[in-house]
Amino acid sequence: MTLEWIGDAILLLVVLPVVVYLLRGVLNAANSIVPSVQQVATAAHAGSKDLDAAALLLTTQGQVIKTIETAADYGGSLDVILDDAR
Amino acid sequence: MPAAGVVMIVAVLLIVAALVFYLVSTILALQKITRSLDEAITGVVGIIEKSAPVNEVVTTINQHLDAGVDLLEGLLVKKAGMEDAVGLVDGLYPGAAKEGFRNFPESKTVKAPRIGEVYTKGTLTLARLGREAPIAAASPNGPALRNPVYGSLAARGLYPEGRQSRPENMPRSPIIGSDSPVQYVPSESPGVRKRMPVPAVAPKTGAEPPADEGGIVKSGLAFLRRLKNDDDQ
Repeated sequence: MTLEWIGDAILLLVVLPVVVYLLRGVLNAANSIVPSVQQVATAAHAGSKDLDAAALLLTTQGQVIKTIETAADYGGSLDVILDDAR
Repeated sequence: MPAAGVVMIVAVLLIVAALVFYLVSTILALQKITRSLDEAITGVVGIIEKSAPVNEVVTTINQHLDAGVDLLEGLLVKKAGMEDAVGLVDGLYPGAAKEGFRNFPESKTVKAPRIGEVYTKGTLTLARLGREAPIAAASPNGPALRNPVYGSLAARGLYPEGRQSRPENMPRSPIIGSDSPVQYVPSESPGVRKRMPVPAVAPKTGAEPPADEGGIVKSGLAFLRRLKNDDDQ
């Protein structure tokens, strides 16, 4: 009979607080991760949106090529028209 | 049932209740994390997909720009000579001669002549319009030189202050109309006037006779004197 009371006391005074303490630590850790992960998701979404203009690089590439070609044409003409320095 | 057994059952029930509460809460928190991570992964995948061609495109652009730099530097050095080319660039962007040309390492040692005093204004202006020239790296953040609205005003910055203010100090255009300071009498036949035009305001000096004294003769003499002075000049 005494042993049963001792077991009850251990359950109530030792096991239950330890279980509650450990589980509460796990829950707090999980809850602290949530806002961080949500910020990461928001940043990733915003970063993806910022790169929408990256497709315009193809237009820039085409314009650069045209510009350089035009400059090359002018350069060729100038090379013919103008005398060399020496 | 003994009291000790009842207390044990209650203790076990409390432990199980605590387990259920905290584990369910943890599960809910982990589910939130999973959803947020899914969103983050979606965003990251979008970033990866959108930035995939950037490297290739930028590399191509740089290759073409490098070719343009080579072309223009080579042409400038070929046509103007190394010394004048460096001087021209240094005249446009002071201090740029120290950087020299990319494909001409010897250009760094060339002493740049004061090209602004050698070349004509037009040459320097045309050259300055090419602000995007690679040698302009010394002042890439400066004001735009080629302003489509005020292009002519921007070109004035090339010259000393006296020349810049010259247009503002030029006399105004002649005033015409019934209230103009100089009135012309309509001629009866081409080239023949009754009298020469005189200012509507009387001269301040008083040295000259009034316009009505002498009439056409004196006005004609004054006109002839002015004409003679113009011919002498």
